[in-house]
Amino acid sequence: MKITFKLNGRDEEWEVEPGANLLDVLRENGHTEVKRGCDTGDCGACTVLVDGVPRSSCTMMAGQAQGREITTIAGLGDALDPHPLQQAWVEVGAVQCGFCTPGMILSAKALLDEAPMPTEDQIKDALSGNLCRCTGYVKPIEAIKLTATRLNNDKGVTDA
Amino acid sequence: MPDKDYPKLGVVGHSVKKVDAFGLAAGAPVFVADEIPRDCVYMAMVFSPHAHARILGIDASEALAMDGVLAVYTHKDVPRVIHTTAGQGYPEPSPYDTYMLDDKVRFVGDRVAAVVATDRHLVREAVKRVKVEYEVLDAVFDPREALKPGAPVIHDEPQARMPIPVTYDPKRNLAAHVEAIVGDVDAGERDADVVVEGYFYHHQYQHSPIEPHVCLAWPDPNGRLIIKTSTQVPFHVRRIVAARLGIPIRQIRVIKPRIGGGFGTKQEVLLEDIAGFAALQLKRPVLFEYNRTEELRSSRTRHAMYIRMRAGAKQDGSLSFIDMHAVMNTGAYGSHGLTVLSNTGSKTLPLYRWPNIRFIGDTAYTNLPVAGAYRGYGGTQGGFALEATMDELARKLGIDPVKFRRMNHIREGQTSPIFEALGEGKAGVPQTVNSCGLDACLDKGADAFGWDRPIPKRVDGPIRRGKGMVTLMQGSAIPDIDMGAASIKLNEDGSFNLLVGATDLGTGSDTVLAQIAAEVLHVPVEKVIVYSSDTDLTPFDVGAYASSTTYLSGMAVKKAAEKMRDRIFDVAARLSGVPVDELVLTDGAVQAGDKGLVTFERIGLSTLYEKDQQQLIATASHIVHQSPPPFSAHFAQVAVDTETGIIKVERYVAAVDCGQAINPALAEGQIEGAVVNGLSAALYEELRYNEKGALKNKDFDTYKIMGTMDLPRIRTILVPTHEPTGPFGAKSVSEICINGPMPVISNAVYDAVGIRLREAPFTPEKVLALLRDKGY
Repeated sequence: MKITFKLNGRDEEWEVEPGANLLDVLRENGHTEVKRGCDTGDCGACTVLVDGVPRSSCTMMAGQAQGREITTIAGLGDALDPHPLQQAWVEVGAVQCGFCTPGMILSAKALLDEAPMPTEDQIKDALSGNLCRCTGYVKPIEAIKLTATRLNNDKGVTDA
Repeated sequence: MPDKDYPKLGVVGHSVKKVDAFGLAAGAPVFVADEIPRDCVYMAMVFSPHAHARILGIDASEALAMDGVLAVYTHKDVPRVIHTTAGQGYPEPSPYDTYMLDDKVRFVGDRVAAVVATDRHLVREAVKRVKVEYEVLDAVFDPREALKPGAPVIHDEPQARMPIPVTYDPKRNLAAHVEAIVGDVDAGERDADVVVEGYFYHHQYQHSPIEPHVCLAWPDPNGRLIIKTSTQVPFHVRRIVAARLGIPIRQIRVIKPRIGGGFGTKQEVLLEDIAGFAALQLKRPVLFEYNRTEELRSSRTRHAMYIRMRAGAKQDGSLSFIDMHAVMNTGAYGSHGLTVLSNTGSKTLPLYRWPNIRFIGDTAYTNLPVAGAYRGYGGTQGGFALEATMDELARKLGIDPVKFRRMNHIREGQTSPIFEALGEGKAGVPQTVNSCGLDACLDKGADAFGWDRPIPKRVDGPIRRGKGMVTLMQGSAIPDIDMGAASIKLNEDGSFNLLVGATDLGTGSDTVLAQIAAEVLHVPVEKVIVYSSDTDLTPFDVGAYASSTTYLSGMAVKKAAEKMRDRIFDVAARLSGVPVDELVLTDGAVQAGDKGLVTFERIGLSTLYEKDQQQLIATASHIVHQSPPPFSAHFAQVAVDTETGIIKVERYVAAVDCGQAINPALAEGQIEGAVVNGLSAALYEELRYNEKGALKNKDFDTYKIMGTMDLPRIRTILVPTHEPTGPFGAKSVSEICINGPMPVISNAVYDAVGIRLREAPFTPEKVLALLRDKGY
């Protein structure tokens, strides 16, 4: 079957097997920035944004992407031109093995789009679907706070 | 503090950005499964549904008839070489008890046959079509039962053996036995004013790296076998795969790309042998990756352990004796079965000055999934029993637990007879503690936690609060066994390539090692380009385990960089005419007296292009004769819901002496990750089985690891000391803090409600049962 959707801002038309899941299809098409950790929607390594909302791509049918806007970590930035969240993740030491990082940053992106100055509880809630075994979550949470402060300062909003 | 006594550091001691972090944060294709060759084929394993059975026959015809299925390998098709999967030094102190494929299976999830197909979904379908006939044998799951006469013998094959001369008796399911006796515990007990006694159970759980085991193997155009694998031990993989396949080591190249976490489970050779075999047979790239169920069930786990403790002290607070008896469950194979057991004593008992010690341990084979190396490595199991016992002694003596630790912990200039008595497969190495910041850890930790401020125990309704603390030690590398090496070469722009065998599995060791080289050579870290863990290109290193990389491999890097500095001085002397002893290293250049600066760029250009051309390159190796312990003090506050039995850890403070932290942010990350892993294990995680030994919680929905919602407030404090045998004063930091959460929760819950949690994990059911006994 054919699906048309937007991927990281570009219009795409892909031929996919009916029943194929989105994670497989993304990775088979070279989007290995979406990582595979569990295949059951429990770890969050395969998180993508679907119309801005974080979803586990391993439990989505590829057909569900039809007409949607999918964002992977590659849609945020790369090593040479990082998104502020990626920049903060690196600066505070929130990247260890880095396998959960793309998914976690996407969850953080969705949070900051909704709540530009989130509370610690909002941050924890937003990351609750992303498992990490290396960092103990301490520095990822710090990275989100730092990004929020920076983005709000850029906008001229002072940190309350 | 070090700053006063040691030269000011320019790169070391600073939280420079992790050298691989931007690529990782961008999701770059840096993991094994991210770049699949076009002609790649896929392997999946037929796993045993029985805990103990003999394979009578395998019918693969239906699977082989499927379009796209290329091969089904059984024990009749592969080399029959008995070996160990444990990625340890040679000879490995683990029993040789594992074949690539065998005609017997020993746990639910053991290898039966390997299937290869052209598609990753197809191969899973084909696995289901392989028909296996079994003769089911009696199984045993409890290590105490397994050691009794008449228990089913799990390794009845006559070839099973230990490659080193230690006790090993598979006919009795005895995979290892350890004894260390110091003084006379009976006399110590007679002298003691108070004695506490109890048993502890440390359960089985799994490392759960977010990237499961994965390996890609292919033949190069000349028939050599290339293995790109998610491993902590590339050089051990090369050696063990060569032995298993019966091919020369020179025929194998192992490449370690970025690793999605390991924590010990990737210190095993679990996939590479059979993937490599298939790649050579089929002459195609073979990808073999575990799914989450396989990772939980068929990789490696924490060794479950029963520990019986007796310990005594005098009324003045001095210690009299300790008697520790451990029975460890290694599961169906004996990977790390001896050394985790010995570390249960050696990474805990030296912490305090016991005049009389008895440590006895047995490791039993059972028909459960296989245990192996796991961050903490015996220190976790032993630390639980020891620190809960110390808490009980302190309470019985009426001494504050912090004060009790202060009275008895080991100090600089002191030794413990355990260092010499307990080694890793041989006698240990005597050592004196050169650096110990434990008093400062206790001071700063207690202060940050507010230990002296009383906690209002009774809050609203059913909630009771309490506080607890523990002290901890670990080691840094394995003395007289481990070796790490590094090479460094100069480029014509004044940058350096640093080639290390050391294995960065996400810890940041590439960054830490680059910082050490940069410090010696007076350049910013950006000028040191690290390449690690490729058996064709980098020097040897034992790999990432035993808290060794910073301390051991770091010193190899420091020595290599110092040699490079001397080579640079030689060239600078020639170019400037100023004698070497008048030269001084400055930022990226040599100050040649009044002749001015000779830049590294000038030296690089000259040596590569101008005259008497040569590649400036230096290599150094390092071994260690001691394993300096890092030390730590942990404090926690818990809230116990006496109606539900749920424990909530509200606050956690970890103060850690890891010597000089080379990169403080990365050191903190090691501590925070270890603490949360320890909390998760203590409260939530446990591999659970049905009566036939089949794993019940086979995914992250039923096997819960800690997420953000359960997270306490965690405060990390680095307490600087200077370890004279480490690079720039560094010791290890990676493992120690996983040992804290279990005993600190047990101690805090006792403080809250007066029940002693001895069996982990501390589930609400167990807590409620004890609360009921207590009259709640």
